Amino acid sequence: MKDGVTTVAYLVAGVLFIRSLGSLSKQETARRGSAYGAFGMAVAVAITAAAWASRGMDEWETAGALVAALAVGGTFGAYLARRVEMTSMPELVAILHSFVGLAAVLVGFASYLAPSTAAVDEAGAERSVHLVEVAIGIAVGALTFTGSIVAWAKLRGTLSGKPLLLGARHLLNGGAACGLLLLCAPVVLAQGTAGAPYLVGIAIIAGLLGIHLVLAIGGADMPVVVSLLNSYSGWAAAASGFVLANDLLIVTGALVGSSGAILSIIMCRAMNRSILSVVFGGFGTGDAKEAGPAPAGDVHELALEGVATLLCDAKKVIVVPGYGMAVARAQASVFLLTQALRKRGCEVHFAIHPVAGRLPGHMNVLLAEAGVPYNLVLEMDEINRDFVKTDAVLVIGANDIVNPGALDDASSAIYGMPVLEVWKAKTVVVLKRGMAAGYAGVENPLFYLGNTRMLFGDAKKSIDGLVAAVASR
Amino acid sequence: MKKLLGLGFTVTLERGAGASSGLEDAAFEAAGASLGDAADVWGKSDIVVKVRPPSHEEVAQLREGALLVSLLQPERDEALPGLLAARGASAIALERIPRITRAQKMDVLSSMANLAGYRAVIEATQHFQRTFGAQVTAAGTIPPARVLIIGAGVAGLAAVAAARALGAEVRAFDTRPATQEQIESLGATYLNVDVKENADGGGGYAKEMSAAFLAAEVALFRAQAAEVDIIVTTALVPGKRAPVLLPDEVVQALKPGSVVVDLAAEQGGNCAACVPGEIVIRHGVVIVGLTDLASRMASSASRLFATNVFHLLQELGGGSAFRIDRESEVVRPALVVHAGEVLPRPAPPAPGASPAKPAPVAAIKVDAVPPPPPSSRSSLRAPPGEDLKPVQQNIRSPTRIAWGTTLGGIVVIMVLFVAGRFAPRDFLQHSTVFILACFVGWQVIWSVTPALHTPLMSVTNAISGIIIIGGMLEVGSRLDLSSILGALAALFAAINIAGGFLVTARMLRMFRRGRE
Repeated sequence: MKDGVTTVAYLVAGVLFIRSLGSLSKQETARRGSAYGAFGMAVAVAITAAAWASRGMDEWETAGALVAALAVGGTFGAYLARRVEMTSMPELVAILHSFVGLAAVLVGFASYLAPSTAAVDEAGAERSVHLVEVAIGIAVGALTFTGSIVAWAKLRGTLSGKPLLLGARHLLNGGAACGLLLLCAPVVLAQGTAGAPYLVGIAIIAGLLGIHLVLAIGGADMPVVVSLLNSYSGWAAAASGFVLANDLLIVTGALVGSSGAILSIIMCRAMNRSILSVVFGGFGTGDAKEAGPAPAGDVHELALEGVATLLCDAKKVIVVPGYGMAVARAQASVFLLTQALRKRGCEVHFAIHPVAGRLPGHMNVLLAEAGVPYNLVLEMDEINRDFVKTDAVLVIGANDIVNPGALDDASSAIYGMPVLEVWKAKTVVVLKRGMAAGYAGVENPLFYLGNTRMLFGDAKKSIDGLVAAVASR
Repeated sequence: MKKLLGLGFTVTLERGAGASSGLEDAAFEAAGASLGDAADVWGKSDIVVKVRPPSHEEVAQLREGALLVSLLQPERDEALPGLLAARGASAIALERIPRITRAQKMDVLSSMANLAGYRAVIEATQHFQRTFGAQVTAAGTIPPARVLIIGAGVAGLAAVAAARALGAEVRAFDTRPATQEQIESLGATYLNVDVKENADGGGGYAKEMSAAFLAAEVALFRAQAAEVDIIVTTALVPGKRAPVLLPDEVVQALKPGSVVVDLAAEQGGNCAACVPGEIVIRHGVVIVGLTDLASRMASSASRLFATNVFHLLQELGGGSAFRIDRESEVVRPALVVHAGEVLPRPAPPAPGASPAKPAPVAAIKVDAVPPPPPSSRSSLRAPPGEDLKPVQQNIRSPTRIAWGTTLGGIVVIMVLFVAGRFAPRDFLQHSTVFILACFVGWQVIWSVTPALHTPLMSVTNAISGIIIIGGMLEVGSRLDLSSILGALAALFAAINIAGGFLVTARMLRMFRRGRE
């Protein structure tokens, strides 16, 4: 097997990956994008396998181990993909990140311990650079691994969504970073594979750092965390590419890394947060706790029948889904309601806030799963000016993203965050389990506005009731 | 008519009254009115409604104690109030109903002025030999007509709206600064002169201006005349001759073929060359001095007039509780004669004291906040203002970003130079690939629609499984620790690849387009 053939195959795979991400810009081409990606991956794996096989097949045990690993991994992945509920996509994404991180750590160690590298006693700069690369790869990988595990546990609810704020957390982070740098020195200086214990130390410290960083982040910031970890997993892959001097790994890692970074930036903008404050600090550290006076006024409750009448009379309705819809698994009922209303000649649209749910674009996937055509689902910037012309807004399990305090209450923890301006509509109906505050722990003055009606209860049951009531008219 | 019956009146109508408005006598009879000749109407009714001022003969026929409702205009016929008083009658001059909010629905002048303003533009189109709106044709493009409206009262604003609707480019002049907003809300340009003088004469009319102001106005109009194609003048000062705003020199400055419509013709005209009631041509300019513009849309005019009178009679108590309330702020100013007594005209409201403006034409939309559904009690918390923008503290100014990226870029390049001096060549090559790939990723990802961010994440998840080849490469020919670690890495990466791609495909299958 010639080296040139491998290089060309890697180039093809890299181009296919870029095309794959590019195709995701529009729904029309998105499926093609997924196919490009899979095809690129197939090319890369096939050429690597071919290169591997061409070295001679005299050692059957390693070949067997590799094939077994691929088979087991592939089967398990397929099983996960088939079984996962769309509402728990965030957990799946988080756990997949952790696998990349873990793989990066393993590749780093494997590379360090591999006889070829250990035996060749390259002196000077090249060896040092290589060892630093190994250390970075292991550190980033370990951080991604543990961070993703914690994020996964938080998303599942195994761990509390509340940020864990240690007093000296900045000191701890700084100390860990210094420790990592210091540990690089013995790794570089050690002869042969004697630096392995130090590498293990690096992995442990980075792992602890990952745990601490994600623990300090509150539930409301989960979309940012998941995208950040996505980014880290990309950098981990890129670092492995440096270790192995493999351009395809570098390119792919860089693509994934920047993708995650951009998603994080988008999420941060949507929450009026600087990315550094999300990375290093818990949510709203310091300024959030002393909330302004609780909004005064009355909450107007409206019974199911009243809401049904309201919806039947409306010409234009906008539905604002939030994480509560995902929790109640109400998306299918929401779609039935949409159909019932549209049959009556009512115009129904969906308004999606960038950070609705626990994953970027989570709501879009849920609505798509229920069968809502994507051209009815609009982004915040597209729909905010339409609220004035809207008769009724149905807020389903969303809170912070429709909080008017973000615009006019400087004491609010979410002040400055762009929100869906639902209160401009004639009537707003908020479906909620109770009067609890949202993930950000901020009171919502929307509930006390004169044109807001509350419909308490489980979102799915309420909407099923609405579907029946609307259909019977 | 039906509505009047509803108030408890009986209605007698002069035969042929609705003919010019396209209404048959039979239609009135069907609606419940009885028909009579003029003498019947004048001699037998308690309330007589007539549009124009009555002749002296008609007054003589009036029953004693009757009420005459009409556009009386006692300024023009000094004898009229005396004659009415002699009959022991009462008379309400419709044009004197005060312009306060409550009386808007009875304001005949407003409704007629509205129609006249609209009609003025329609008349202008008749005499103007070009199109109003811009026309783009294969044979070339015709620019839109330029229209100048002088006076932005009810008639002026109606003219602005009509001209805009026809596609013309409209500018409007008014001495009262308060009209600027109304003019601009209709899509016209507001013009004013540089002489500070508030012209609000109270009661929604402009007052007469000083000579200096008038001169400045004329100068403005002369300058405008060179540009515009059509001028509609609507300037009236109550009870006085209309001011001459377009002397001969202004008309001369207009292009031949231009049109001037003078809505003030009845009171002498704003245009010096205007002949009331006639259409004349001076210096190649058509000057329309018609005084019956509202009557040229008889159907709409009588409909509005009837509604105004209906509201007035309703205000007076209707058929059963009919009473002329001399204290009423609506009725008193309009009451010229009451029970045989000629009443002095009450002092008009002081300028500025009454905020009443002419009723804006229908085209001005007042964006009223819709009332909340029933059963709401007012809450203390007000919603945020209409145009409030989120305070994005973390989005920095573009200049700062530009400086930041430039400086950052310079630092990175310096570091690379230093690295290039000492680092091995391989490392540099990989760094080049890495940095370029970052930029490619940066460009590609920004174009991804937010709706697909979850699939994007799962795809990137899957392709970051590319680390599988790292694992595979580490599996050596002997089953040592390194090989085992490599195989394990390949295992986890394989989970990612299979899981990521399959779940992405599953998600994307769900996204489908619907009919709008």
